Formats: sequence, C-alpha cells, structure tokens
Amino acid sequence: MAAQYLEFEKPLVELEQKIHELMEFSTDTMDLKTEVAKLEKKAEQMREDIFANLTRWQTAQVARHINRPFTLDYVSRIFTDFVELHGDRQFGDDHAIVGGLAQFEGEPVMIIGHQKGRDTKEKVYRNFGMPNPEGYRKALRLMEMAERFQIPIITFVDTPGAFPGIGAEERGQAEAIARNLREMARFKTPIIVVVTGEGGSGGALAIAVGDRVLMLEYSVYAVISPEGCAAILWSDGTKGEQAAEALKLTAKDIKDLDVIDEIVKEPVGGAHRDHDAMAKTLREALSRNLKELKTLAPEQLVEERYQKFRKMSRFVEM
Amino acid sequence: MAWFKREKAPMAQAEGKRVKVPEGLWTKCVGCKETLITKELEKNLNVCPKCNHHYRISARQRLDLLLDQGSFVEFDAGMVSVDFLAFKDSKSYQERINAAVAKGGSKDAVICGEGKIEGTPVQMAVFDFSFMGGSMGSVVGEKITRVIERALEKLTPVIIVSASGGARMQESILSLMQMAKTSAALAKLREAGLPFVSILTDPTTGGVTASFAMLGDVNMAEPKALIGFAGPRVIEQTIRQKLPEGFQRAEYLLEHGMVDLIVDRKDMKGTLSRILKMLHRPA
Repeated sequence: MAAQYLEFEKPLVELEQKIHELMEFSTDTMDLKTEVAKLEKKAEQMREDIFANLTRWQTAQVARHINRPFTLDYVSRIFTDFVELHGDRQFGDDHAIVGGLAQFEGEPVMIIGHQKGRDTKEKVYRNFGMPNPEGYRKALRLMEMAERFQIPIITFVDTPGAFPGIGAEERGQAEAIARNLREMARFKTPIIVVVTGEGGSGGALAIAVGDRVLMLEYSVYAVISPEGCAAILWSDGTKGEQAAEALKLTAKDIKDLDVIDEIVKEPVGGAHRDHDAMAKTLREALSRNLKELKTLAPEQLVEERYQKFRKMSRFVEM
Repeated sequence: MAWFKREKAPMAQAEGKRVKVPEGLWTKCVGCKETLITKELEKNLNVCPKCNHHYRISARQRLDLLLDQGSFVEFDAGMVSVDFLAFKDSKSYQERINAAVAKGGSKDAVICGEGKIEGTPVQMAVFDFSFMGGSMGSVVGEKITRVIERALEKLTPVIIVSASGGARMQESILSLMQMAKTSAALAKLREAGLPFVSILTDPTTGGVTASFAMLGDVNMAEPKALIGFAGPRVIEQTIRQKLPEGFQRAEYLLEHGMVDLIVDRKDMKGTLSRILKMLHRPA
C-alpha cells in the first residue's frame, strides 16, 4: 500500500517509520529490541490517543481514507463463492455499485455495495463511488431476486452521494432512489445495512433501508456532504470542518438519534490499518444480526422495519 | 467628432413629469417581460395571460384552487420543528424556525388535511415554499406520513403538491430518514390499492423528488416547473459543462418519461378529478 496518511496521523506515521528503521539496523551485535519495544508501546499509546479524540471532520477524513476497505475488500474476506452479477437490464452496468450472490456461513446471501477505487484509473472506473440511476436499478433488480429466492440481503454503504450529472437526471436519478426506498420497505427477506465509509445523502439511503443498520466506528452518515453543506450555508466549500461539526455525522451522533442499531468497533487506528481485523469483527456482527432476523416471520420482519423508520423524527405537537 | 448628432434632449428631463405609479399595481412578467396589471395576474391564478408563465402560489391558494369550497379540514397544524442538534450557521436553526413561523403563514413547510375534489374525498398535503424553502425535516415527513396513514384508514386517495428545495439540512440525518419513512408509507398505500397523485410545482428538488414526489401512480407537473434531484449549480460545477436548454424543466422531464403529464393551473382540478374518478371506485 502506498504511504498515504492523514495530517493528524503524521506523528504516528513518523514514529512507525522510526521503529521500522531501528528494526532493520538491529543485528546480533547491536540488539535494539528493548528500544524498539519501548517505541512500539509509545506508538500504540499515540494511536489510541489520536483515535479516541478525533473531531467530526477528522472522522470524515478517516471514513474517506484511500486505504479504507471497500465493498469488494469485505466480500473477499467475509464471504465465499462470490458471483458478481451485472447490469440493470435496462440501460447499462454501473461500476459504482457492485452486487452478487455469495455464501455466508453456509447460506446464500445477496450482496450489494458501493464501490470506490484506489488508484486514479480505478477511481474513474468506479466514478468515485457515485452511482448513476442504473446502479440503483441494478441494486433493485438484485434485491427483488433475493426476495424471490428467499435470500437475505446485506448492503455496504460507502458513497459521497448519487452522481450529479446530466445523464443521471435524464434517466431519473430521483425516481431510481425513490423507488428503492419504497421497495426496500416491503421486501419479505432480512436486510442488513452496514455503513462502512461515507454515508452520503440519498445516494447512500437508496441501498440503506434495512432491518438492522450498522455503522463502522469511524464511518459517517449525513443528509449532505460537509463540503456541500458549507457551500450552501457559507457559500464556501472549504468550511467543511465547521459543517461537519454542525451536521453531527459520526456513528456515535447517529446512534444517539436512534437511526442506527449498532456501532461496529474498528481496529485501533482505523479500519484502513488492518483490513483483516476489521473484516473479522464485521463478520461476527453480521452473523449475530442475521441469526436474530431469521427467527422472524416475513410479515413481522416487514412490519418491524416499517415501525423502525416510522419512529425516526423529532418534533413537538401543540 | 461624434458620428451621430444628438438631436433630442436626454430623457432625464422628462423624469419630473412622469406619473408616479403606486408600487405593486404593475408587474413585469419574468417570463415574457410584458407589463401586466397585478390584479389581473392574480385573477388569472397568478399565471401570465400573455406567456403562460406560472408564478409560485401559496399553499392556501393551492388548496382553494383544488378543493371544493369549504371542504378542507386541516390536521396536525400544531406540529412544530425543534432544533435538536443545536444547528448553527449564521443563525441558529431555532431562530430560523421562529422567523419562519412569525411570518404568520403555517407552522412548517407543509399544510395537511382532508377535503373533496369535485365530490371525491381525498387526503391532501400541500407544500409551502415560503417556509424555509419548503424543506423537509421531521415535521414535514411526519405530517406526510400521517396523510398517507389516514388515507389507509379512511380508504381515500392521496394528493401531494410539492414545492421544495429538498431535505432540511438543519436536521441532518433525521431529515434524510424522512425520505425512507414517507416512501415506506407509500408502499403500504400501493399495496392497499389506493391512488396517489403527485403534483410537482416550481421548484421540486433534492430529497423530496427522490422520495414521494416521484412515486405517484400519476406524476403531474405545472408548466416550466423546475424538477430534479441535484441542483443545476451543483451539476454545472461537477461536470464543468453548460447545461442544455430547458434542463430540469417540466417539459424536459415529460420528454424523458419522468412525469405523466403537464397541466395548466386552471385545468388542474378538472384533470385531477377525472383521474381520481377512474382510479378510485369505492365499493
């Protein structure tokens, strides 16, 4: 992986480099083990300190980290026999959303998720994780299939938002999102949603209506991106930091509003530092939630899902 | 030396002799630049008699226009937004709510109730764009969900007239969830076989378009209404291209198959009534 790090990770990364150098120097004649161990302990402490006190803006940076695991990184670590299924059967195949069948603990599941790219070429290929209407329609087609074959649905949410383009508008971006919201509310099969990175507005929600909604510890979820919010409120897209604070977009903020069911703990220093460890924790959470949902009759599942979203509001009545 | 000789005195001298026109008596049409008599414009349902430009109207005017006289009963009028996130930009959300309420119209961006359209009972929601840009927060989402649930209970059609900038940023994640909530309620309405007619007026964008407003059994728009998901400015900045002529206007959506029909304001009630009588035939 390329040496990519965020500004506030810098002291940590420098320390880690120093440890690495010391370890290379270390020979039989010059044993630096005790020195290395001391520094490693320091690094660990630093990692904990930094990540225990992230601001909302810093959390958003972690959520967007280039090395953060994307949908396909989880697919290869959590599931087996993945068969990717392409296309919406109407217009095309959207590379910003991937989907397909896979085995999870001996049972088939339907996987749907936003997909971002890591290098420039792949970023462009994945349209930076911003779907067009055909992406949402592919997702819908696969979810309908899942319901027909009584297969649970697991979705991975990680998008800056639905793509704002001429073609997207022409082909009905709004209609595609709206239809998914309506249909996901009534599918008679379990749906588990995991916000893994950026939960960007309607583009995220369009695959995020489920019986259980989980968020990774340093993921974010909001009605608009901090930059977009800043552009509207202060006519200044660079005031993202202020906007992130105002939007209350962290997993803890969202949990406090009862919009999600569970926060999935990340490895110390963030999911981008250890994909395997992150996948392992997430697999356990998925397994546990799926077992619970499987005990519910389909009608009960749908009614509870309705009531879950029905309750989401804050107002006063005079 | 000047090429043309100025023969007449400059216009400025005539200024003093001009008859002073009281403000508001005349309106220069934003559509065709014609000068119209304001009273006549109002009498014509705020539609320019020359170019058919449809001006925005208030929620109350819309209710008068569409419902049988005296048939409207308002519900949930006392529902008020709260600043539960302590959201602040140049002003706090609470201040914005207070200011909008103080304007004396409605207490939030949608007016809901029941009424009759040429005798057919309907549950109805009408957006008030003048209240924080018709944005949808908890109150709007809750009121619209109740409209749909009431229709399920009383077995009536649902009519929603949208005019909204989208989800209300100041309620962040909870305003986003109103999209899911209202759409879920529409899933129930659909299963129950009750009609939903969505009327899209200028402007309907963002999270409102991307939820109930696009989910009508029939989607009806007013001429030239701006209807879209992303705002034109955002699109222009993203793709760095000029937008095509008439982009995101009702006629453009009709051409791309996103709305069923465009209806002039004066024909709205009649068209609505005809559709309802065919779709809704109570036993």
